[in-house]
Amino acid sequence: MSVTIHLPQILARHAEGARSLSIAGDTVGGVLTALETQHPELGRRVREATAPPNPFVTLYLNDEDVRFLGGNETPVAPGDELSIVSAIAGG
Amino acid sequence: MSKNVPKRAAERKLRDVTTVQAPPQSPTVTTRPIDLVCEHCGEPAGATATAVCAECLGPLVPQYDPDRRLPGAAEIAGREGSLWRYREWLPFEGAPALSRDTGWTPLIDAPALAERLGVERAWIKNDTVSHPSLSFKDRVVSAAINAAHGLGCEVFACASTGNLGNAVAAHAARAGIPAVVLVPADLEPSKIRATTVHGAHLIRILGTYDDVNRLAVQLADRYGWGVANVNLRPYYAEGSKTVAFEIAEQLGWRLPSAVIAPMAGGSLLSKLYKGFNEFVDAGLVEGPLPRLAGAQATGCAPIARAFERGSVTVEPVVPATIARSLAIGAPADGVRALAAIRGTGGTAAHVSDEQVVEGIRILAETTGVFGESAGGVTAAVALALADRGWFTPEDEVVLTITGHGLKTPDLVAVDEEATTPVRPRLKEVADFAKTLIDRTAQGAF
Repeated sequence: MSVTIHLPQILARHAEGARSLSIAGDTVGGVLTALETQHPELGRRVREATAPPNPFVTLYLNDEDVRFLGGNETPVAPGDELSIVSAIAGG
Repeated sequence: MSKNVPKRAAERKLRDVTTVQAPPQSPTVTTRPIDLVCEHCGEPAGATATAVCAECLGPLVPQYDPDRRLPGAAEIAGREGSLWRYREWLPFEGAPALSRDTGWTPLIDAPALAERLGVERAWIKNDTVSHPSLSFKDRVVSAAINAAHGLGCEVFACASTGNLGNAVAAHAARAGIPAVVLVPADLEPSKIRATTVHGAHLIRILGTYDDVNRLAVQLADRYGWGVANVNLRPYYAEGSKTVAFEIAEQLGWRLPSAVIAPMAGGSLLSKLYKGFNEFVDAGLVEGPLPRLAGAQATGCAPIARAFERGSVTVEPVVPATIARSLAIGAPADGVRALAAIRGTGGTAAHVSDEQVVEGIRILAETTGVFGESAGGVTAAVALALADRGWFTPEDEVVLTITGHGLKTPDLVAVDEEATTPVRPRLKEVADFAKTLIDRTAQGAF
């Protein structure tokens, strides 16, 4: 099953200019692993930018913050949309 | 207007007054925002409406020239009464084009509050009278709108818990730039009105501030707007340092021993830390740095709870507090705020909504300053820290009160008895006055 990953403009250059990608996986973590396999430069950046203690990006599954859904263990379904959003904002 | 005043004369009179009081704007001046660099990996980014490093997604920060000429105390003291008196520490080259008269708010001596806290001296850094929108957000917006102007942004926008929206709307109106303000739909009506009155386009989101913030990030990415606290954030955030600069100068070029500040996204506290450090580095004041105490409401205290846990990681929460101006569940600068607190031997604390209301009252009664909910949080945390014995009798404490109470007036319940109207009869008024005097003598007030 595939979900659509939406990329911010600044990451598109690591995906040949694409602003969205279709990636297969059963969970958020599984999708991110597959992303790194298919797009190593992009996937590595996303993995490192979501790492504690000070994550630079937040992941949203269908407009919901993944951290409140179960993190990387959150199951995904076909047609779901996963957005990568900068966490360095607000306040 | 009186009918016997010729309209043309009245207009001329108004125009004359307006000319005298015209805010200093120089839209023909081109402000050049300085280059940015990634704080995490060091990658240069140039001057840009982007807050994120293209290489590592880390935060971009202004790259000041370490060899730039810095003014001394006397030179600064002779400058205009605005935050631009500290322009060498703000991320621009050349004169600011817009919002040149923001900042330089009073530092108010507060002896009654000092007695209550059990400290030597207490002051209120009174940003409730900030120009033009009555909160400290005027400072950061003064910086952000110059960045938007210098970078050619055609729309000026923000994600707001209220005060920032007021400031963006007011500053954009003066500059003649279209403004878009995104807020949680349940924001206090006064803050809604103080945004829309300036002609800003308001978008009310049926969600929390964190939903609003995320959407602002995505809209900035999609439409290229200049969003003050999103893609203009490297410039915007530097404006907060001027609170620290003003405190130091207004104390006679010295530092207090403690500063209590509210925490929402954590930016103010981290920029106080940076600002005090920069003035020490410039030789304008001597250390030690003041102990920084961060204040939050219990219903939204992710940074204070991380401090209590001894953690360097801030866990996001879903906000549930009347202190809506501080209701940010996923604070972008939480980790930095924790570092500032720990770096100064400071602390963090949170207070209940009941304490917030009591804090607003005690602040008003002891200092004459009417703060909004964030001010109530700050005052209540100061009182809580006094109860815990965190202060010493020698302490000199500054409370940063960041927004005016008329923005959240409904939090302070009206004493129905005290406001009962009295007929215009001398005996009835005199009897009522005597009742009040007797209650005062009995300590009922």
